[in-house]
Amino acid sequence: MALLEVDDLRTSFHTRNGVVRAVDGVSFCIDRGETLGIVGESGSGKSVTCLSLLGLVPQPPGRIEGAGAVLEGIDLLRCPQEVLRGIRGRRVAMIFQDPMTSLNPYMTIEEQLMEPLLIHEKIDRAAAARMALQALQEVGVPEAEQRIRSYPHQFSGGMRQRVMIAMALIGKPDLLIADEPTTALDVTVQAQILDLIAQQQRQRGVAVIFISHDLSVVAGFCDRVMVMYAGRVVETADTRAVFREPKHPYTRALQRSRPAMQAKGAELYVIPGLPPDLSRPVPGCAFAPRCEFAVADCSRTEMQLQDVGAGQASACLRVQRGELTLQ
Amino acid sequence: MQEPLLEVRGVKTYFPLERGMLFGRGAATVKAVDGVSLSIAQGEVLGLVGESGCGKSTLARTILRLVPPTEGTVILAGRNLAELAPEDLRAARGDFQMVFQDPYASLNPRMTVYDTIAEAIQAHRAVSRAELAAEVSALLNRVGLAARFSRKYPHEFSGGQRQRIAVARALAVRPRLIVADEPVSALDVSIQAQIINLLAGLTREMGLTMIFISHDLAVVKHISDRIAVMYLGKIVELGPAAGVLERPLHPYTKALSSAMPLPDPERERTRKRIILEGDPPSPVNPPAGCPFHPRCAYAIPECSRDQPRLEAFRTGHEAACLRLEQVNAD
Repeated sequence: MALLEVDDLRTSFHTRNGVVRAVDGVSFCIDRGETLGIVGESGSGKSVTCLSLLGLVPQPPGRIEGAGAVLEGIDLLRCPQEVLRGIRGRRVAMIFQDPMTSLNPYMTIEEQLMEPLLIHEKIDRAAAARMALQALQEVGVPEAEQRIRSYPHQFSGGMRQRVMIAMALIGKPDLLIADEPTTALDVTVQAQILDLIAQQQRQRGVAVIFISHDLSVVAGFCDRVMVMYAGRVVETADTRAVFREPKHPYTRALQRSRPAMQAKGAELYVIPGLPPDLSRPVPGCAFAPRCEFAVADCSRTEMQLQDVGAGQASACLRVQRGELTLQ
Repeated sequence: MQEPLLEVRGVKTYFPLERGMLFGRGAATVKAVDGVSLSIAQGEVLGLVGESGCGKSTLARTILRLVPPTEGTVILAGRNLAELAPEDLRAARGDFQMVFQDPYASLNPRMTVYDTIAEAIQAHRAVSRAELAAEVSALLNRVGLAARFSRKYPHEFSGGQRQRIAVARALAVRPRLIVADEPVSALDVSIQAQIINLLAGLTREMGLTMIFISHDLAVVKHISDRIAVMYLGKIVELGPAAGVLERPLHPYTKALSSAMPLPDPERERTRKRIILEGDPPSPVNPPAGCPFHPRCAYAIPECSRDQPRLEAFRTGHEAACLRLEQVNAD
């Protein structure tokens, strides 16, 4: 049985300019110990999807609907706030892109590490302090005994992200959501942090949802990939399969626009046009207006994710009909 | 070999650090750029890579005289920028321009696109109104924007379009050298591709010389002819773009290129990654000898004593490492 099963999640924002459908019918599941990468550009709904699951979307203006998001028998979309609060930070933890803005500048690292323990577990301060120190040592912060009394500004970006990871894992969650955890970091530090997350995942068997705009980071890190565009899932597949043969023109376009995947100096592929305005209804496939393979049917037929073989699912009508092979 | 367009010799840029009352004053300096020499040929694209705090942006700013060098000379097209009088420097600024990372912060929100570009043209040349209008629309065209956009304000544009406007503004003075400091880092992948294509096309077609700074190694490799790798204020490796990242010489570059995520899951899983320990040391108190020795797997006692110089190992490919032969023995 899957650890988390999300069915037809819909998150919309009711603004003065209309209803923005940020997440529009997203379904996926993740098993224990698995790593799922969610890839997409800004505004594709990848972060809002995860924030919605944790009830972290302000309502109003947000509105979260959907058939369900079941974490081991508890429907996250319908359970009372108190239950959700118990799940956040303990069963499901999240780390964000910028560790400086997600740490409290007025609190020492120690206090911040102890806080979730004092809230969720029934233990005294001394025990919490011991666990905090151990957590900091486990994420490889040198001289943890002294540094635990420092404030976030006394740490480098990489060290802060280590603190965030320690804080996320201290409640022994089953699911860790990492939202662009390495985007603000340097390459060598990025490698350290990815290595750390992978190692902690192996030791604890925690499932990871890894949100990124960078397909190449996901390539090395995730078992499965889910590609999002305009609030919808356009493709899900085993990571290897996506790189061998993408089953959606948008995935292919993303790959072709990255210099790392092209011959040096070659003209990079540019996706024409702009993403759709999500406050207006998007008929048919949301990517059709920018797709080089689109036919008239694409903007008429409702988009649906369908199995296209070998565990790969695509929302492309022409791939589903067998008219299109992307390589 | 032809005369280089830009020649940087022994440039050092130090910043004095104000310390608290307790410790006295003026004791410490940040050695942001610590003895850099390099030359760039006309029409060449030099990629400058390194991690935050390595001094790559300060080096670029020193070259453009946005920061005065503490020591050393910068010669652009035969003129020593470090010695120019303020009024001559102002005139010389027409020769070089900068494109910044954040197109939201680098454009004046209260100026239309037309005014932004026209101001740049007029700052260095006297042109008639008709010529001005024609030139602004030609520039907008050159960067792939329709001339009808010229009456709009920056907030009406997307990030990618704004970066195009910033590029048009840089081109307006007909510079010989453009310094692009992380020009695509704030943009989405698909928009990045547009700006990279634009910059690559401009250097090809207009013979522009460019210093391209980025922490994204794949992007730098794609656009550059040569790459200089900086660590703690010094250039540790310099060579042809593909060579530096595919067959790196310096232990730091080896770690850097192994940390570069590969787009291929098969290769990504099987390759060996060199994970560096810790963070780069502070440029306030750089280690003696080779700046990289505290984190280097190949370091020997001499490394903490002697400062390595850039040495050619292959044609046109040099690195600053005392153990260059041993490190690259295979």
